[in-house]
Amino acid sequence: MTLRIVVLAKQVPDPETPPSQFKIDESTNSVLPPNGVPPVVNGFDLNAVEAALQLRDAGADVEITVLSVGSEFVMDAMKKPLAMGADRLVLVDDEGLDRIDAAATVKVLAAAIEKDGPFDLILGGRQASDWDQAHVTLGLAEVLGLPLVSLVQKLELDGDSIALRRVIPDGYQVVSAPTPSVLTITNELGEPRYPNLRGIMQASRKKPEIFSLVDLGLSDSDLSPKLELKRLYVPESNRQVELIEGDDEADSGVKLALRLRKEKLI
Amino acid sequence: MTSILLVAEFDEQGDVTQGALQAITAAKSLSDAQVTAVVAGDASGSASSLAVDGVVTVSAIAAADNGIFEQVTADLAALVVSSSPDVVIFSKSDFGSVVGARLAFRLDAALAADCIEISGSGGSVSVTRPVYGGSALAEFEIASSPAVLTLRAGAFEPTGDTGSPSVESHDGEATVEQRALVSDTVAEAHESVRLEDADFVVSGGRGLGGPEPFSVLTDLANVLGGAVGASRAACDAGWIDHSHQVGLTGKTVSPDVYIAVAISGASQHMAGCSSSRAIVAINKDGDSNIFKEARFGVVGDWEKVLPSFLATVRDLKA
Ligand SMILES: Cc1cc2nc3c(=O)[nH]c(=O)nc-3n(C[C@H](O)[C@H](O)[C@H](O)COP(=O)(O)OP(=O)(O)OC[C@H]3O[C@@H](n4cnc5c(N)ncnc54)[C@H](O)[C@@H]3O)c2cc1C
Repeated sequence: MTLRIVVLAKQVPDPETPPSQFKIDESTNSVLPPNGVPPVVNGFDLNAVEAALQLRDAGADVEITVLSVGSEFVMDAMKKPLAMGADRLVLVDDEGLDRIDAAATVKVLAAAIEKDGPFDLILGGRQASDWDQAHVTLGLAEVLGLPLVSLVQKLELDGDSIALRRVIPDGYQVVSAPTPSVLTITNELGEPRYPNLRGIMQASRKKPEIFSLVDLGLSDSDLSPKLELKRLYVPESNRQVELIEGDDEADSGVKLALRLRKEKLI
Repeated sequence: MTSILLVAEFDEQGDVTQGALQAITAAKSLSDAQVTAVVAGDASGSASSLAVDGVVTVSAIAAADNGIFEQVTADLAALVVSSSPDVVIFSKSDFGSVVGARLAFRLDAALAADCIEISGSGGSVSVTRPVYGGSALAEFEIASSPAVLTLRAGAFEPTGDTGSPSVESHDGEATVEQRALVSDTVAEAHESVRLEDADFVVSGGRGLGGPEPFSVLTDLANVLGGAVGASRAACDAGWIDHSHQVGLTGKTVSPDVYIAVAISGASQHMAGCSSSRAIVAINKDGDSNIFKEARFGVVGDWEKVLPSFLATVRDLKA
């Protein structure tokens, strides 16, 4: 029987955007899209796609659906999971959906999963690199009433359940989860694979399936925020570095140590 | 009055964590704060002198739970429903991140993670949290109760006060079914000094070029009596175990001296070390971001700078 996996994926500004290019419009409290730096799929979500593909590589019969909520999707970015090997791309695409909070996002995802499911496994990245909250996947598990394992670094099918390794601060836990479950995947799983040419060709022929809020039986009033964003700004740094210069690099090392001693730091 | 439920964690020795002491400081900064600490049943001994107004002990928090916090989430949810606090505060630990999020969504409550500032009172709490990896700060207002908050490690001073709170016990809920089961916990061997507690941290990044240079960093850390850290790039490359990663998605450290070797200083890395007393950078690129955060720096190749630095530190410490 086919194991249906849905991977949650978010379009985010490229976190590798150079700091000089990172700008905020304080009048709208939003990040200005950096010039010439296209958005990307959140890195940890690609780790989650990789996790699903590893189950397939290990011989499981899996169907991998990538699900995203947002607006102004850039297809070159969003098709990357398809190019890596995912089967389907489902977008909930409606105006303003790129600005809703975690609680509203969970509502939309739950409705989309209700409509497109059932799924045997729900995977998400450990957090998104824009708001850095790590709420959506955890919240979805609560709203759907499903078991949750966060920070998964390794997974294998084991009969009807999944054998997992969960990262903890000084090691890992060995965990067994039933299906369906919700898992968040961390980068310790390993680098997401690069799409090959064949994957890119196949992805270019695939069309995303698109839902609007109305298709999901939701309206704007279901999505009112729990947190009101009052201000978004770039903090000022007024640190001034003292550069230590010696006669050569080795001498700089000596002088650095002496300077730290003088400051009573070592 | 602002009624606050503060979920206090204890370490393996039964001592209250720094995170919990920091949370007490944060909680007391809310207006007219009435703070109740929730603690594991068997840690009530050390909790009886916490600088809070009341302590509630819940047995399930300690009970070796072989699920992933399912029992404790149920117990805390029931406690929040019955005591209806204005604010619920956790440290942003593994426990706090998972249980805080589950609790908030279970109760349909507002949730703000990784806060570095909080103010206001019940019904109108303002929080500041870093976003975009620390490139920006966001201020939010939460107008509903309870507001569930997790606090960034090191963002608040740990309280030095003690108190004599009244201690009550709360009966745990009926046992909930554990669905995802932990069958084993494997600890990585860590050095004598824990990274999070170290007064000196020597961290290496991608510019080290391989695993071998970490032995030089280890020598330096040993001479200083500190611990070794790393950037995510160095961990992802497999040069050192991920338990050494410092940053937004790694550990938060606040040593007296943080020595960053061949690390560019990306905001997500700095998120884990910016509360260090002094950051010292060795990097061959004078334009790299680490020099915007560091107090002392050498622009140079670590292969040439580090050996003489280590030798001089060794002499000074001898
Ligand atoms: C959501 C998210 C979470 C993240 N979480 C973390 C986290 O927790 N921790 C973390 O560290 N990163 C994290 N990152 C990654 C972070 O953005 C950076 O990519 C990473 O920190 C870069 O590591 P680095 O500085 O070692 O490598 P690089 O940025 O490649 O820098 C290497 C540096 O080495 C210098 N160098 C090279 N050769 C030499 C030499 N011979 N001598 C001296 N200097 C030399 C170079 O000048 C350069 O500055 C996260 C990213 C995202 C998107």
